[in-house]
Amino acid sequence: MTVAAAFFYLFSIIMLASAFMVIAARNPVHSVLFLILVFVNAAGLFILAGAEFLAMILVVVYVGAVAVLFLFVVMMLDVDFAELKQGFLQYLPLGALIGIVVAIELIMVLGGWTAAPGIKATNAPQITALSNTEALGLVLYTRHVYFFQAAGLVLLTAMIGAIVLTLHHKPGVKRQDISQQNARTREEAVEVRKVPSRTGV
Amino acid sequence: MDWVLPLLIIIGKSLLLAVALLIYVAFILYGDRKVWAAVQLRRGPNVVGPWGLLQSFADLLKFVFKEPVIPAGANKGVFLLAPFVTGLLALSTWAVIPLADGWAIADLNVGILYVFAISSLGVYGIIMGGWASNSKYPFLSALRSAAQMVSYEVSIGFVIITVLLCAGSLNLNDIVKAQDTSYGLLGWYWLPLFPMFIIFFISALAETNRPPFDLVEAESELVAGFMVEYSSTPYLLFMLGEYVAIVGMCAMTTVLFLGGWLSPLPFAPFTWVPGIIWFILKATLVFFMFAMVKAFVPRYRYDQLMRLGWKVFLPISLFMVVLVAAVLQFTGWGGRV
Repeated sequence: MTVAAAFFYLFSIIMLASAFMVIAARNPVHSVLFLILVFVNAAGLFILAGAEFLAMILVVVYVGAVAVLFLFVVMMLDVDFAELKQGFLQYLPLGALIGIVVAIELIMVLGGWTAAPGIKATNAPQITALSNTEALGLVLYTRHVYFFQAAGLVLLTAMIGAIVLTLHHKPGVKRQDISQQNARTREEAVEVRKVPSRTGV
Repeated sequence: MDWVLPLLIIIGKSLLLAVALLIYVAFILYGDRKVWAAVQLRRGPNVVGPWGLLQSFADLLKFVFKEPVIPAGANKGVFLLAPFVTGLLALSTWAVIPLADGWAIADLNVGILYVFAISSLGVYGIIMGGWASNSKYPFLSALRSAAQMVSYEVSIGFVIITVLLCAGSLNLNDIVKAQDTSYGLLGWYWLPLFPMFIIFFISALAETNRPPFDLVEAESELVAGFMVEYSSTPYLLFMLGEYVAIVGMCAMTTVLFLGGWLSPLPFAPFTWVPGIIWFILKATLVFFMFAMVKAFVPRYRYDQLMRLGWKVFLPISLFMVVLVAAVLQFTGWGGRV
């Protein structure tokens, strides 16, 4: 067994075990921590497959940002999860059905997958000469630029939507204007007064 | 069995680097306290060893021999895991940092992304510690740190993008080599990308929770933040992880903006000095700036911190990415087309 195969089995076993623990753990914070372990092991599998750029982006985006927010929300929630899990098993038939359908679809897609018959070997980029990042960059911003821009627009819309939903300008709240604060001079801010005795200012 | 020897070599290199790094961190900690003391006209540590040089080692022994206390309400597993996560992540950054030409344990193609990914994971140690302590101050500190580190990662990411646009590579070794011009220290990226150098430095302070951005462990409000409930060796691991991460950020500043192992003057007597010496000198200089900032800048308020990250750094760095890309495109400068 080569080293790569050993690492493949190591990552896969840890990933499957922690994926199971995500739904089996009693404490929801533990579930999120196991989910993070799943992401990290998936990144390890990507590296083994030679997709080091995807692996790093997976860690940066999912583990470094998305999962932090997950963890955050779960920590702040004050929900009795044991109560929520009552009658958990009654959804088992439905869940199993969906799982089986997805599995059959995946098997059909992967089993029927072949390279397009008309494709020429010369069209493929020289994978050995390019690093992962360069190869992605070369097609992402040229051939697939419209899809890339469309994905960006979708994200922008989502962001604007989230801001519109949560931003409330309350009237009557004092706000700081930093430029105004910085523009203040000593003359406006401080005044030296001579206070006569027994009269006050 | 031809993989046994390379494996042993990698283990040997890693151990050597880890030991050297920890000794360096011990003296950096001493230096930090000395600089801080000097600014405040105090003497600083001066009892253990000549001029107090062995103070950090005395502290280490003291931490290790104390009794670890685990609060009754704590989530034990996560509570003990958190300091290990912090320490391990901080150390693993160093696997890709080139200390001299080709002197990195792993010469990754995506080295800079690896460092970015690892530094974005650093927040987990703090969140886990803060949550598992099951106590008010640590939890408040975990909330603060998560928002703070996620905010400043964004601008660090854009700063890194401008650097790798200029260098044309994500490999840290190649990024240093791209700064090797005949102008010497004027050709390093701190000058052509000057505003980004400042933004990176300040964001690095925020990312490692150094003053003036140490709201996570602000002692006047949160006692010691996420570390309140920790004692003995787990506390030591947090402390060590924090300082290793700080030195890691100094090394990243050196690699990205200060020409890594390159000599500042590109001619004879200076180029004879080994690259590792230049690297250590530069990293120490950056750390000296970190220490000076700690000594004389007052702590930010939380809303000011968020404003600086989102309303000042993010627009500037986003604009600079567009500007640098446009300049490179229309002038034909930079590494590759």
